[in-house]
Parts: sequence; C-alpha cells; structure tokens
Amino acid sequence: MLENAWIIPLLPAASFLLTLFFGKRLKGGAHWFGIAAVGTAFVLALVVNVQWFQHVDEAEHEAKSAEVNSEEGGEAPVEGEEGLGALDGESAAAPALRAEEGEKAEEFEVEPITRSWTWWQSGGVEFKAGMLLDGMGVMMLFVVTLISLLVHIYSTDYVKDDRRYTHYYAFLSLFTASMLGLIMAENTLQLIVMWELVGVCSFVLIGHWWEEKPNSDAALKAFLTNRVGDVGLLVGVIVLFFTAGQTFNIVEINTLANEGAISQTALLVASLCLLAAVMSKSGQFILHTWLPDAMAGPTPVSALIHAATMVVAGVFMVGRMYGVFFNGLNIGTSSVNALAVVGGITVLGGAGLAFVQDDIKKVLAYSTVSQLGYMVMALGVGAWTAAFFHLFTHALFKAGLFLGSGSVAHAVHSFDMKKDMGGMKKFMPKTYVTFLICSVALAGMFPFAGFFSKDEILAGAGQLGGEGNYTAFVVVGTLGALMTAAYMTRCIYLTFFGEYRGDLSHHAHDHGDAEAAETSDELDHAAAPHVDVPHAVPHESGPRILVPLYILSGLAVIAGLANLPKNGIFSFLPESLTLRFEHYYEPKALYFPIIEHPEFSLATAVTSLVIVTVGWALAYAWYFKGLGPHGITQRNKLARAGHTLLVNKYYFDVLYTDVIAGSVKGPIARAANWFNQNVLDGIVNGAGIGARKSGEWVYRNIDQGIVDTIVNGSGATAEGTGEVFRQVQTGKVQQYGVLLFAATAVLAGIFIIVI
Amino acid sequence: MDALYLNQFLFLGAILFCIGVYGVLAKRNAVIVLMSVELILNAVNINFVAFGAFWSGQPGGSPISGTVFALFVIAVAAAEVGVGLAIVLLIHRNRKSVDLDDVDLMKG
Amino acid sequence: MTVLGAAVAQNIFFYVIAAIMVFAAFRVVTTKNVVHAAIFLVMVLAGVGAQFILLAAEFVAATQVLVYIGAVVVLILFGTMLTRAKIGRDVDLTNDYWFVGAVTSVMLFAVMGYSLWDAFESTPLPEDTRIGGVNNTAAVSDSIFGQYLVPFEVISVLLLSALIGAIVIARRD
Repeated sequence: MLENAWIIPLLPAASFLLTLFFGKRLKGGAHWFGIAAVGTAFVLALVVNVQWFQHVDEAEHEAKSAEVNSEEGGEAPVEGEEGLGALDGESAAAPALRAEEGEKAEEFEVEPITRSWTWWQSGGVEFKAGMLLDGMGVMMLFVVTLISLLVHIYSTDYVKDDRRYTHYYAFLSLFTASMLGLIMAENTLQLIVMWELVGVCSFVLIGHWWEEKPNSDAALKAFLTNRVGDVGLLVGVIVLFFTAGQTFNIVEINTLANEGAISQTALLVASLCLLAAVMSKSGQFILHTWLPDAMAGPTPVSALIHAATMVVAGVFMVGRMYGVFFNGLNIGTSSVNALAVVGGITVLGGAGLAFVQDDIKKVLAYSTVSQLGYMVMALGVGAWTAAFFHLFTHALFKAGLFLGSGSVAHAVHSFDMKKDMGGMKKFMPKTYVTFLICSVALAGMFPFAGFFSKDEILAGAGQLGGEGNYTAFVVVGTLGALMTAAYMTRCIYLTFFGEYRGDLSHHAHDHGDAEAAETSDELDHAAAPHVDVPHAVPHESGPRILVPLYILSGLAVIAGLANLPKNGIFSFLPESLTLRFEHYYEPKALYFPIIEHPEFSLATAVTSLVIVTVGWALAYAWYFKGLGPHGITQRNKLARAGHTLLVNKYYFDVLYTDVIAGSVKGPIARAANWFNQNVLDGIVNGAGIGARKSGEWVYRNIDQGIVDTIVNGSGATAEGTGEVFRQVQTGKVQQYGVLLFAATAVLAGIFIIVI
Repeated sequence: MDALYLNQFLFLGAILFCIGVYGVLAKRNAVIVLMSVELILNAVNINFVAFGAFWSGQPGGSPISGTVFALFVIAVAAAEVGVGLAIVLLIHRNRKSVDLDDVDLMKG
Repeated sequence: MTVLGAAVAQNIFFYVIAAIMVFAAFRVVTTKNVVHAAIFLVMVLAGVGAQFILLAAEFVAATQVLVYIGAVVVLILFGTMLTRAKIGRDVDLTNDYWFVGAVTSVMLFAVMGYSLWDAFESTPLPEDTRIGGVNNTAAVSDSIFGQYLVPFEVISVLLLSALIGAIVIARRD
C-alpha cells in the first residue's frame, strides 16, 4: 500500500467528479460519494500508517544489525558518539548524528517512498508528477482524512436542505483531494498546483452562500490575500530550481541544501520568499486578515479548512522544505530568525484580537491564527517535531471546537455570543462537555493533548538554537498560553454560562427550511418563508453532529500520549512508549537536516501549567465573578485606545483596503493611465507618424527624385541618342551609299595597307 | 613602252569607277545616277577583260572567264537599266519630279 | 632604227582613248545638262569598246557597242524624255553633299590605287592576248555553251524577268 498511496488523493477526486455530475440524482442527497470516498481514503490512510510504522521498524532493525556486523568485523566507530551506521551504502554522506547527552543516538535512515511519472519535458527540464511519502506525509494523511470524514458526516446534518448541497459536497471532495495531493507532492511544481487548488476550494467554500455580499467579499479577500503570498511561493520555487541545479524535486533540493551545495544567500532568499507564502496561507501576521473573514463560510468548512487542514499547508510546506529553511535561516545556530519572529508576533497578535470578538467563530479563528503562530515559531526555533505534533493535536481539538460552535449556532441560528447565546450549558450539555474538553486541550493543561505539544514548543525555544537560545520566544509562548486560556474562558462563559440572551419566541426550527441562510453575524429571517413555530428553547443537536464531537474530544484527551517525553519525570516509561510521534514521523534521511531535540524540562512544564492556571483564574474572576475593573475602557483613555486598536484589528484592514488598494485604484491608476495615454501611446503614435513621414520623404525624394530620375533619364538618354542617330536615316539612298562606300574604302584601306 | 602593262588598264578602271561612285553619290537626278552606275559597271568590265588578257599568258587560271563574265555583266546591266528606268518612270508619275533629294520617305 | 613596235602603237592608242574616256566620264558627272551627260556617256562607252579591242576581245567590244550604246543609252534617253527632265540646263543636278561623295571617291581611289600599284607594278600583258590562241568569238562561244552554260541560261531568264518586271512596274493602270 505504501507504494500505491497515490490512490488516496484520487478517491476524493473521483468523488468530486461523480458528485458534480451525478450528485443531484442520488436519492437521499449527494453526500454518499463523498463520504464513501473519504471513508475509504481514511481506511487506506490507516493502512498506510501501519505500513509506515513497519517500514520504520525495518529500517531501524537493519541499521542495528548492520552496526552489530560492523562491530564484529572490527570496524570500530570513529567517534564515540557515532553509533549506528547508515542504512544504505551511501557512506559518503555522514550519517545523521543525533548525539544527545544521555540519549542513545537514533541513527538510521528511513527512505521515503517516492514515485514519479514524467509529465512532459521541454528544454532539457523534466516536469514530473509524483508521490513523496515519508513520516510527515503519512501523519498528515491520517489527520486530513480523519477530519474530512468527520466533517462530511457532520455536514449531512448541518447543511441539510441547503440551496447548493451537491455543490458543497463536490467541493469538499475536491478540497480533500487537493489537500492530500499537496501532502504527497513530490516536487515543488506539484506543490504549487495543489496549493493553488486548495486556495480555489477555499474560495468556493467560503463563498458558499455568495448571494449575500459579505460572503463573496470574504471569499475574494481570502483568495486575493493568498495570491499575494503565492508570489513569494513562485519566486522561492524558481530560486530553488535554479540554484539546486534545475530540479524541482523536493528530496533533491533539500539534500543539496543540507550538504551545503546551495549557497547560503540563495537559501536565505528562497526561505524569505517561501515565508511570504506561509504568511498568507497559514494566516501569519501580516497577511492574516483573510482568516477571520473566512468564517463567513459554513462552519464545517471552517473546521476542515481553516482550522485543521488548509491553513496548516503553509506549516507543512515549511516542514517539507525544512532543509532549505534550516540552512537558509541558520535555525540551528542563531537565537532569532525571520520564521520565529513572524510566528511569535502572530501568537501574540492573534491572541490579543481574540479577546474583543463577539462572534464565536471569530474567536476561534483568531485562536487558530495564534496557534498557527505557535507552529511557525516552533519551526523557527528548530523544534520540528514539536511543531508537527502541535499541528496534529491542534487539528483535533480546534476542529472539535469549531464543530462544537457549529452545533451551538445550529441550535440558536446565530454566531453572536453576546446577543444570542449564553446559558447554553443547560440546553446543550453534550456539546458543552466536548467544547470544554477541547478548550482545555487548547489551553494546554496536563494531561490533555495541548499540554504536551505546546510544552515541547516552549522547551524547544528554551533549549535549541545558538547563543542564548530562543529565550525571547519562550516568553512569547508563555504569554500566548496565558492569553489562550483567558480568551477561551471568556468564550465559554459568554456561550455556555449566564442567562440565555437569545430570542425565545421568534425562532425558526424548521430544518426543512432551506432558505435560513446562516451568515456569520446576523439573523436573516426576512427572506425565509417559514412557519413561525414558537419554539421554546434551543435543543441539543442530533447524533450526526454529536458523534464527530465525541470522537474529536476523545482524541484531544489521548493524543498527547503519542509523543510522551522520555526523560525527566517520564523516565520510568519504557522506550517503546515514548516519543512515538517523533520516532515514526520525523524524517530521518539525507533530505532532512540534522536537528536537535528538546528534552522535557520540568521547570518549563510547571511554569506553563502555572501560567495557564493563572490565565484561567484571571478570566474566571473577570467574567464569572465580575471582579476587576469592568468598564475600564469607558473610563480610561489608554484602555479605550487599546480596545479600539483591537476592535479595528490593528487597522490592518484599513491599511490594505483603503491605503494600499485605494491608492492603487486612485492616484496610481490615474498616473498609470496618464502615462499610458500620453507617453506610451505618444511613443506608439509617434512611431507611426514618424514612419509615415519618413515614408513620404522617401517617396518624394528618393522614389520620385532619384529612382524616377534614373528611369526617366535612361529613357531620355535613349531618346536623345535615338534622335542623334536618327539623323543618319535621312531616307536618301545616296547618303546611305556615301556611308557604304566610305566605310568600304576605309575598311579596305585598313585591310590592305595596314594588314 | 615595250608592252602593255596590266596596271594601265586597271588604273583606268579604277578612275572610271571612282568617277562613277562620285556620280552615284552626288547627283540629284535619278537618270544621271543610273548613268553613273553604267560608268561603274563599265569600269568593272575593263577590269575583267584586262585580267582575262593577263591570264591568257599565264599557266593555270581560266582566262576566258574574264571575257565571259564581262558579257554577263553587260547583260545584267542592261536588265538593270531597264528595271531602274521603269522605277524612275513610276517615281516621276507619282511626283512629277525625279529629284532624289525628295525621295526620303524612309526618313527615320 | 627599228620600226616602232606594236607595243608602242598600242600604248599610244591606249593612252589617247583613256584620256578621252576619263574626260568624258568626268563630264558625265559634272554637266548640268542631262542629255549632254548621256552623250558623254556614249563617248565613255565607246572608249571602253575600243579598249576591249586593244585587249583582243573583239566579241565583247562588239557586244558592248551593240548593247550599251545601242540599247542602254537609247533607253536612258527615253527615260530622260519621259521624265520630262529639262532639256537644256537644269537647275542643279548636284547634291548638297557632293563634297562628301567627292571625298569618298577620292579615298576609294587612293586605296585602290595603292593596292594596284602594290600588287601589279610593272606586270606586263603578254604579246598575244588572244585567249586560247583562237579568236575571241570562238573562245567565247566555246565557253558559254560549254563551261558556262548554266550561267548563260540563268542570264537569259534574268533578262526575261527583268523585261517582265519593267513592264509590270511601269504599267499604267
């Protein structure tokens, strides 16, 4: 199955086409193709995972036996830290050294599974399409297919009787197919194609209810902001193509980067360009503005795309090209670099904005932005496994949170926490429990998943890097954890506690009403012809919504066990239970740089737990107990200014829309138009006029003057000489006779006398 | 003075010939021109017969050819004068004059 | 003193006749009277006949006188009369470019004279210039009915055609 893992993206792709063409005819809805395809893909992904574990174990086993053989053969290892030899005979490259104090070096190479087919050739460059499967890809396969499957099932209830049900499922399938294709992309060109494809699907799905202008605006904003970053992607890929010897192959590029065959400057330039793409796709500051607006799409879409899968495409890309980033930005040996800075700013910025949102989905959106910042920051400090482990756990509990918010909103038909929710705990207890579990996991409390992943990031920031490590980012991460706990508590309070603020009388609960458009911010019942059933209270959602929630929250609890640390207080654990995530999923091959791994640090862990508890306590005090300086923003100018700044999202939208776009639309466009009309057209017209005038001149002077003179002259000459010679023809025979006799005399004289 | 010399006759012939040429070229009246042509022909005849006499004393050659040829020339000259005068008559009939200066219809 | 040989007599005879001929020829082309020109032509033609006799070609001489003087000159006189050439002095019988003609004939004479002198200087004619040892008439008849039969017949046809042609041309229709 490992060899044939390329089938996995094809299944949802086929279901896309089938749903598009045949979905409407399916009795019972168009979701069956999609669910069948993604379900099968999930099962295959599980199979692939199991086979990958076997593959890794085999590689380790072979490496160990090779080391044993070489020791028996008398070949002592050269250095003390060099443990096991490399798997394949490529001894030219140094085996991956993982010398850590107190840790036995894990040095075996795990070859990734690659297949490629040449798509076309031109100019000596082969364009291939193929599959690259390594630990990271296998992990992502699992995550994407799982979340997609849960979202498919959830959507059968959530968007039931929607105006474009078939279309929705078709594009869910297409999105799944392209995300899986992106994960398994073998070369950077394929990566770009899949990248754009997920962008397109995001656009379509965000604008699913495009009849309302805010939705289509949000879709456009998402797509166009992503395009800004994609310029960086293209430039970066091109730079890498040329500096890595005209290859698009990811394995080759990263291997060359690790060996130092590509210059540092080229790698730095490529890293910064690719960083722009990460900023746009993964919602990092400053190109994050589209993500909160993307909440205009249906909630399952937000869960799938903008929490768990598409937005992590940027993080995934960094992880894929980690050789380039690690060597370009000197992640292993510096204490601050562009990746980490961007991630750090995002952590704090996103968390800050989450405090002032009234829309529950927007809170979760900014939380996603913040957590993505954590992942990017982790990659920036060199904690690769931490970043991807956090990606893994975040996908689980953030999807759970989004689906939970969808469940609540489905009940009250609104997303506004302040206006329409409150006290939902008693109406929707099951949703409340899952939501609570997931938010605790998000905050990072032991032993939930978020604790392990976030803590590893903090430990990495504190321990990795060059002089002074990345201590600044430890502070940033800790602060972010505090804020995460606080705003999630706010969110939970506003949604589930207190008095129900929704309108109990005016409430359409007729799910057969397809026109009840669920926009992000407001009720829209005016256009919906429904029977005004006075429904008393919102009620718990059906099983198709709840079961995915159970699954996700359950996983959020236990997912942390996947990467248990093995030192410190966890030393009692047998080796086969610790660091499983890292063991199986972290690439160990020539194309992955040699990185260090952080150890479990009790100090960091305890500190973060304390900080999280403090955050909870503060928020609890503020909201639940009403303590603290409520209303300070009205009284204090500084507080109000800060609040206004947050509410206006740091004025980024103003900057982009009014300043940049506005100036381009206005003065710059006018200037360009003036330039075009007067200068460029002037040149063109001038060229035309010049050509015409020179043509006229040539015609007058050269054609008529010179050429015609020559022609006429020759005629005149002929005529003149003819005139002259014509006089010989007098018509008088005697004159002819004169000529005849004279010539005869002369000729005869010549012949006789001279000759 | 002991013999007749060939050159005498040939020179005589040459003189007559040249006078005849002058007459052909320089006279306006067509009839005079015809008469000059007769002069030329006769000069040629003298040449022929002189040579015939010359060759009669030389071995080889055909001395009688000169004489016979002179006869033929006489015959042809007669024919030519006949035809020529007919033409002159025709010209005269058309133009009422035989001035050769006026016959320049072929003037180019 | 020996009697002056025949050659001397021939020479005298020759030079006298030659002088008359040249003078007459000159007058043919310079006279302003067409009829006078015809008469001078007769003198030339007669002189030519005399020269023929000197060269022992009596048949040709007889033919010359008969044909030329008897027929051709008569013809010319008829032509003169029929073309109403003025009998008497004419306006001007000489061309505008007579000088060119004179020059040409002088040039021609120069060339011819030079070549003649160069080639045949002092080449004597034989004593007995009878051809074939027989008299001229016999020799001529032998020739034109023997060796030159075909040209003889051709000449006959030529005369015939000239006759017909002249009639055709000068026909009044």
